[in-house]
Amino acid sequence: MIAQNVAFWIIALAMAGAAIGVVRSTNVVHAALYLVVVLAGTAAQYILLAAEFVAWVQVLVYIGAVVILFLFGIMLTRAPMGHETDLDTDSRWSAAVVGLFLFGVLTALLVDAFGDKEIVLHEPTRTAAVADSIFRTYVLPFEVVSMLLLAALVGAVVIARRD
Amino acid sequence: MLDLAWIIPVIPAVSFVLILLFGKRMPRGGSEIGVAALAAAFVLSCLTAYQWIQRVEDATGAHGALSAFGRGLRASTGEEVVVHPVVHGFTWFQSGGMKFQAGIQIDGLSVLLLFVVTLVSLLVHIYSTAYLAGDRRYTHYFAALSLFTTSMLTLVVAHNTLQLLVGWELVGLCSFMLIGHWWEEQPNSDAALKAFFTTRTGDIGLMIGIIVAFFAAGQTFDIVATNQAALEVAGGHTIWLVAASCLLIGIIGKSGQFPLHTWLPDAMAGPTPVSALIHAATMVVAGVYLGARVYPVFWEGFSISAGGVNAMALIGGITIIIGALLAFVQDDIKKVLAYSTISQLGYMVMGLGVGAWTAAVFHLFTHAFFKALLFLGAGSVSHSGSHHSFDMKRDMGGLRRYMPTTFWTFMIATAALCGIFPFAGFWSKDEILVTAGQGGFTFFLWVGLVGAALTAAYMTRCVYLTFFGEFRGHGEPHESPRAITVPLVVLAVFSALAGLLNAVPFGIEKFKEWVEPTFAFPHVVHPDFSYAWASVSVIAALAAIAAAVFWFVREEQLGALRGLTGRNRAAGAAYTFLENKYYLDHLYTGVVVGSIKGPIARAAYWVNQNVIDGVLNGTAYLARRAARFTYDVLDQGVVDGAVNGIAAQTGEAGGLLRSVQSGRIQRYALLLFAAVGVLSLGLYVFN
Amino acid sequence: MALNQFLILAAFLFGTGVYGVVARRNGVLMLMSVELMLQAVNINLVAFSAFLHDVSGQVFALFVITVAAAEVGVGLAIILLIYRNLGSPDLDRVEQLKG
Repeated sequence: MIAQNVAFWIIALAMAGAAIGVVRSTNVVHAALYLVVVLAGTAAQYILLAAEFVAWVQVLVYIGAVVILFLFGIMLTRAPMGHETDLDTDSRWSAAVVGLFLFGVLTALLVDAFGDKEIVLHEPTRTAAVADSIFRTYVLPFEVVSMLLLAALVGAVVIARRD
Repeated sequence: MLDLAWIIPVIPAVSFVLILLFGKRMPRGGSEIGVAALAAAFVLSCLTAYQWIQRVEDATGAHGALSAFGRGLRASTGEEVVVHPVVHGFTWFQSGGMKFQAGIQIDGLSVLLLFVVTLVSLLVHIYSTAYLAGDRRYTHYFAALSLFTTSMLTLVVAHNTLQLLVGWELVGLCSFMLIGHWWEEQPNSDAALKAFFTTRTGDIGLMIGIIVAFFAAGQTFDIVATNQAALEVAGGHTIWLVAASCLLIGIIGKSGQFPLHTWLPDAMAGPTPVSALIHAATMVVAGVYLGARVYPVFWEGFSISAGGVNAMALIGGITIIIGALLAFVQDDIKKVLAYSTISQLGYMVMGLGVGAWTAAVFHLFTHAFFKALLFLGAGSVSHSGSHHSFDMKRDMGGLRRYMPTTFWTFMIATAALCGIFPFAGFWSKDEILVTAGQGGFTFFLWVGLVGAALTAAYMTRCVYLTFFGEFRGHGEPHESPRAITVPLVVLAVFSALAGLLNAVPFGIEKFKEWVEPTFAFPHVVHPDFSYAWASVSVIAALAAIAAAVFWFVREEQLGALRGLTGRNRAAGAAYTFLENKYYLDHLYTGVVVGSIKGPIARAAYWVNQNVIDGVLNGTAYLARRAARFTYDVLDQGVVDGAVNGIAAQTGEAGGLLRSVQSGRIQRYALLLFAAVGVLSLGLYVFN
Repeated sequence: MALNQFLILAAFLFGTGVYGVVARRNGVLMLMSVELMLQAVNINLVAFSAFLHDVSGQVFALFVITVAAAEVGVGLAIILLIYRNLGSPDLDRVEQLKG
């Protein structure tokens, strides 16, 4: 348990730092790279929580596809590659207040609600169990999500088309 | 067909969809779909009406009385025959254990409205094919007409107040769309917005009224159940008074009653066939229809049986006089007719208010024909006579020579509106007045009589300016095409003869027999026909016509003279001879004839000029001043001022909130998240 | 491991994401901040799944990943369009909604 806790805190600190990097970096490409750190950290947390399949999907979809999409987006909008001070709006301070406020309220709520409840893990979740759940209980949402993906694909093409 | 009457509203709905989908590709732009659908709906309505009449006659025949002798015989045998309405419904939706129904209630009243709406709508469709030929939005116009018809029919057959409300709002929407048909011009879209918002103001009253009635009747929207509950005064008198007052506000908004009547004259910005269909014959009578449909609510709420003065009769009475006075100072023929419509709707509301249910509904029936005819006639004049102008003083005059069909049909409608025997308006208006007199509402009897005289006078002015005298417009006036004249002739036949359905002195009371509800409302007042009051009202109307002819014709001849001299100077030598002839004519009558008149003639002339003219001029002057005052101060100042004031207040409040609407989504996100945080904190603290 | 350590990490990511969504002018960066918030949601889902020994949470996390992918696709397309029309990916130039 101690080893896992140590691993959690190391990863969590890295993720927190990278998250701040994502929102504070003055270089757009750096921000994308910080995002990769956060995403990878999340995948690592999933493994700590014995959710292997989700962790690998996270790596494949997010780091493999979404981040690449972001890089494409950065290139296509010709964002400056070097340092840039003009990336933020003028409501930075109110944003910070609201973000901190939300974090505080959520923390207080969580501490109040769950106190020191422990996660007891027996064994990693088998991928077969996840598959069973998707194709038995959640087969309809699964189909709906596939439709959504198709619609998003078509929508993205239509919106971004040049003519 | 009585059980299948739901098909009638469905037909125009299908036509609406078809016109939207295929109208542009049809050879006649979708108008043929609309006309065909309305023709089918009209045939089915006639069938429904026929079967309803059969049902009534069967019911009376089963009790041994000969139906041909009408109700009078049966009343003498003391037997009251009850003809139940045909009610069919299905569960529309269900919410919290409460089932909301949709369905049809077919009885005399709804059959009457089915007939009127489909007939006038059919004629307006045919008329529009010529009137709007080549219009930019021809197809959309017919789609909107179909949608309007289906909404109105849904309203008419509704067996619960909720469905009625749905139809009510839909006709309001269609009215908005059609008033703003030519929305490129600012006044038209302004008028559409004004109509929409003003009627919506009344609709708030209607909604509250429906909710109050829902609870008062024991949680049901059903109209039959509501009427029964109202007659039993379930839950006490006060709640029904509240319900009736709120519903009355709805009627005031929709049926153009004082003080919410100001939208109706502006609504004339729409195409003329629309004015005929929506703002004269059908939609504006939806308020009166509502009043007749849930009449027991008003009967109990306003204690109509007690006589005296009640809110409904008072509103109707005020509207009669105000509308009639305003009609005097309008130069736009459609505005004259609009104020006339307001005034006539006042008669119907007053009729309901004084307990004259049958008479009010009868007036609704006859008014639909002659007022639609008047509007269509005005449209015909502008289409073929005055180059799309509605200004009577500048662009009309003398048109009777060029447009005989339009002229004669217009005259029949005018006679019907003025209540001249034996045209339709005479029978219905007279019945309202007589019922008012015999029900203990003497004051409203006099209001109605004054209104009748005023009506006759302003219609005389209108007819004179349009059809008599010299043609003052430009271009070549000619008769309208057949698609326009045929609807005029059909409506003229109805305007002339519809009143005979209930000609009491001839022993015909078919209208009463067929339309009057014998179920759930037995208290309808039946007056005896009074020859005295009938003569008084006709004589009042004729006297008013005579006075108006005397006054307006004289004024008009002087005006024509001035106009001709003005044009003479500008026109040049070609017209000089004709013009000079006019000069000479007046020189002769004024100087030569005047100078050789003997002393007796001169004395008679003096009496004529000073005494008779003085009286006439004084009366007319007073009437005009009163009308001008009402128009300028009351109508434009107080009522419009209140409306505009509220609008300005809303605008300022909007300006304050405007700074929040920065248009930047990130600001909105900030507010959203802050609100979520505050709400969570609130939950955390208070739990 | 305490349940709360995961939840508070998620709350932190969420708060950071909120800051980024509001404070970032560049559209691409704003979408990245949205991704941070979605990560927070997913960590919560998986943590509760482990806590309750119920696989449903993981299934939902998978759905969220799918939806997020769709969202990024459409979102980037919209930002491309904004860039093409306004010559900049900055969202504060988009104020046609201004009242």
